[in-house]
Amino acid sequence: MNRRIFVKTSGLALFGTGAIPGWLARAAEGQKTRKKVLVTIFQRGAMDGLHAVVPYGDPRYKPLRPTLAITDSLNLDGFFGLHPALAPLKPIWDAKQLAIIEAVGSPDPTRSHFDAQDYMESGTPGLKATRDGWLNRALPADAASPVRAVAVGPDLPRMLRGKQPAVALNSVREFQVRDAMAAREFESSFASSSMADLSRETFEAVRILKSLPAADSKVTYPASRLGQSLKEIARLIKADVGLEVAFADMGGWDTHVNEAPRLAQLLGEFGGALAAFWQDLGDRLDDVAVVTMSEFGRTAKENGSRGTDHGHANVMFAFGGGIQGGRIHGKWPGLAPENLHERRDLAVTTDFRTVLSPLVSSHLGNHAANVFPGFTPEPFTLFGAAASQPTNGARRE
Amino acid sequence: MSRRITISLAFLGCAFAASDPFSKKLSHDLQIAHALNRLSFGARPGDAEAVKKLGLKKWIHRQLHPGTLAENPQLEEKLASLKTINLSASEMAAAYPPPQVIKAMAEGKLALPDEPEQREHLAALVTLYKRRQNGSNEKLTPAQRKSLLLNPPPGQTVAGELVEAKLYRATYSERQLQEVLADFWFNHFNVYVDKGADRYLTTSYERDAIRPHVLGKFRDLLHATATHPAMLFYLDNWQSTIVAKGKAKGLNENYARELMELHTLGVDGGYTQQDVVEVARCFTGWTIRPASGTRGRAGLYGGEFFYNPRLHDNGEKTVLGVRIPAGGGQKDGEQVLDILVHHPSTASFLARKLATRFVADDPPAALVERMASKFRGTDGDLTKVMALMFESKEFWSEGAYQSKMKSPLELVVSAVRATGADLERPLALANLLKTMGQPLYRKQEPTGYSNNGEDWTNSASLLARMNFAVALEENKAPGVRTAKSAAVNLRAPEFQKR
Repeated sequence: MNRRIFVKTSGLALFGTGAIPGWLARAAEGQKTRKKVLVTIFQRGAMDGLHAVVPYGDPRYKPLRPTLAITDSLNLDGFFGLHPALAPLKPIWDAKQLAIIEAVGSPDPTRSHFDAQDYMESGTPGLKATRDGWLNRALPADAASPVRAVAVGPDLPRMLRGKQPAVALNSVREFQVRDAMAAREFESSFASSSMADLSRETFEAVRILKSLPAADSKVTYPASRLGQSLKEIARLIKADVGLEVAFADMGGWDTHVNEAPRLAQLLGEFGGALAAFWQDLGDRLDDVAVVTMSEFGRTAKENGSRGTDHGHANVMFAFGGGIQGGRIHGKWPGLAPENLHERRDLAVTTDFRTVLSPLVSSHLGNHAANVFPGFTPEPFTLFGAAASQPTNGARRE
Repeated sequence: MSRRITISLAFLGCAFAASDPFSKKLSHDLQIAHALNRLSFGARPGDAEAVKKLGLKKWIHRQLHPGTLAENPQLEEKLASLKTINLSASEMAAAYPPPQVIKAMAEGKLALPDEPEQREHLAALVTLYKRRQNGSNEKLTPAQRKSLLLNPPPGQTVAGELVEAKLYRATYSERQLQEVLADFWFNHFNVYVDKGADRYLTTSYERDAIRPHVLGKFRDLLHATATHPAMLFYLDNWQSTIVAKGKAKGLNENYARELMELHTLGVDGGYTQQDVVEVARCFTGWTIRPASGTRGRAGLYGGEFFYNPRLHDNGEKTVLGVRIPAGGGQKDGEQVLDILVHHPSTASFLARKLATRFVADDPPAALVERMASKFRGTDGDLTKVMALMFESKEFWSEGAYQSKMKSPLELVVSAVRATGADLERPLALANLLKTMGQPLYRKQEPTGYSNNGEDWTNSASLLARMNFAVALEENKAPGVRTAKSAAVNLRAPEFQKR
């Protein structure tokens, strides 16, 4: 942490609590405590994974997609190719940093957006009673920074709700009560209300973010919502305010009708935003892992409206934090009718929690068993130098 | 059962009742405030006194029968300034042409209208289109430039006035329960105004399909939404046809699934993927007839419901165990609606959702069951279900009082009402609602917004609410003019609750 911020914020924190919080003291020790950060991106509405990462090497692909098949994908490994609108991701792949996980999804068969998102965010597929989100459970219980967990947007997503304080913000600039006197009044009146915890966490976060240095990014982010969200997250990471997990989302993926032009636009926004983030963080990516997800995939076969209906398995992207990139992870089940889930959707061969578990354990250093209760992840080499003999390399029929 | 056990169970029951906040009666002096919080968008200065004078029971009865209430002339004056809210979809598409029509005019496929003012404006839009699309150098005449300055783009007028009307009604209407219910049921049967033709169809959807039925029979409400082009377009059913053959393109499952998951049975209501497919087959051919005199997609903007037998799958189907014989035609879909309305899951699902909005985030199961039973016993009479809820001990309990976090819409409108402020530019408030996470008519997902107050609590929202309270008190809130200070403390934590 930058010393100037420390002095400013600690002064204010003393004013509020009368003692230096533990996280601030640790942060003040310097570079050693620089936090690992996990950034999760949710593509709401169920992205058509077969359109984003094209299995052009699968002989069944083209017949299933008579009007939608992509013929000019950017080759990745002789079997899969990126949709041309995802070209901004290609340099990350070429730098052997972008990992693509195929045929990943939830063991729960629901095709309800709401339920599937709920399960992917609670981390407990099939179990509706879970109150908190897995990304919140992934935070160790200690007196950490008030801005250790941040979601960009007007809502706090299910994934980040739970015991550990988590902040939703539209932007760092907007995150304040503009009238200072009113702010003090609110802070004291809300402290004795049923919203006391929320209020305390909010005002602590306001104090930290007020002292943030001006944004100094040299990278131009796309104007899209995801682009602007990732720009805010990058700013928080670079300012070393104690961020540990961050969340951003992007909607519009529910493409039942005439999906090709719509997806070209969405994938362009998605790829452009991720690429800007990658460029902006540079070396900081050693500490930062990014992972994307969407609630389920879409039908392997296109529907009657040049779109696709709700399906099953999908594709995830991940980079940073020592993730093994430049390769396709997971087992490809194939698109032959007998290999499809219920003879219509790409089958799930990797549970999404198998991908997230090493991010929680190897990267954040928490126990994945606490985060995904009752789940035992299969062996999965997302990290490390085991690239010579992958146990989970894409196998094809 | 032995006597000893009976006694101890009775004792347990008492102990449980004593600790259950939904069994504790709300004190008399809080009842009017509670009713105003739940049946309206919040009390205006003088409302509590007026309800007291009339009598609480009578006031609720009138709210349940809005036809008996004279409308606020101030509201009627505000609404009269809106030009599009009473137009049919086809009138609207003709008077406020969507981009597709401008394109057709630019390509010479469609003539400009004769009315001189409209003609001037459209000629200007066509020129702009040509310059953008084909890099034409054609210049705007001064009259055209003036017309563009004076009139916002057509699509913006249409969607903008829809939002304005909603905020005017929520703020000024005397028929407050009807407005709360219009919001509830629109949200239940959500459509997204920024999806293509729904820009033009949503006005009629809310006016003709939702509002007339919010205190009527659920079957009518369901049917009105199922046959409205806004829903047919939003959930893609207009494109769903018998398996590909000639012009027919094949099945689209989107509407069938959401019809069961979100509109009737609920996600755990007992349907399967096979039911989704069968229901989708039943609704094939329920499509949109384009407005006359238009061609291509432009016609959808002023379109209306149309059953096209050539696109219908007339084979036999089985829906939720009920056999629907071959050859039913349009009746297939109607039969599905009947099956769904009378399915026990639908009554429970809707009862719980209403109780979540009006009573508590986690409403008592006994109340939900009584409401569901009333729904089943009255063939889905929504007034009777609402009346039962408003007479229940759970509604008038300490557990319900001030237990709900206001949604951004509820918070903002209740604050404006509490100050008796004048809504001068509702779109400015709409903009604020967007930053608070509730852009009106713009929930993209078919789920609609959450009725659970907890879901609206987070730091970004809290700060936005605080900033709004300060701005409104200082008469600096955008689009609102406050004459006097509010009788209630807008900054108090309690004001966030209802």
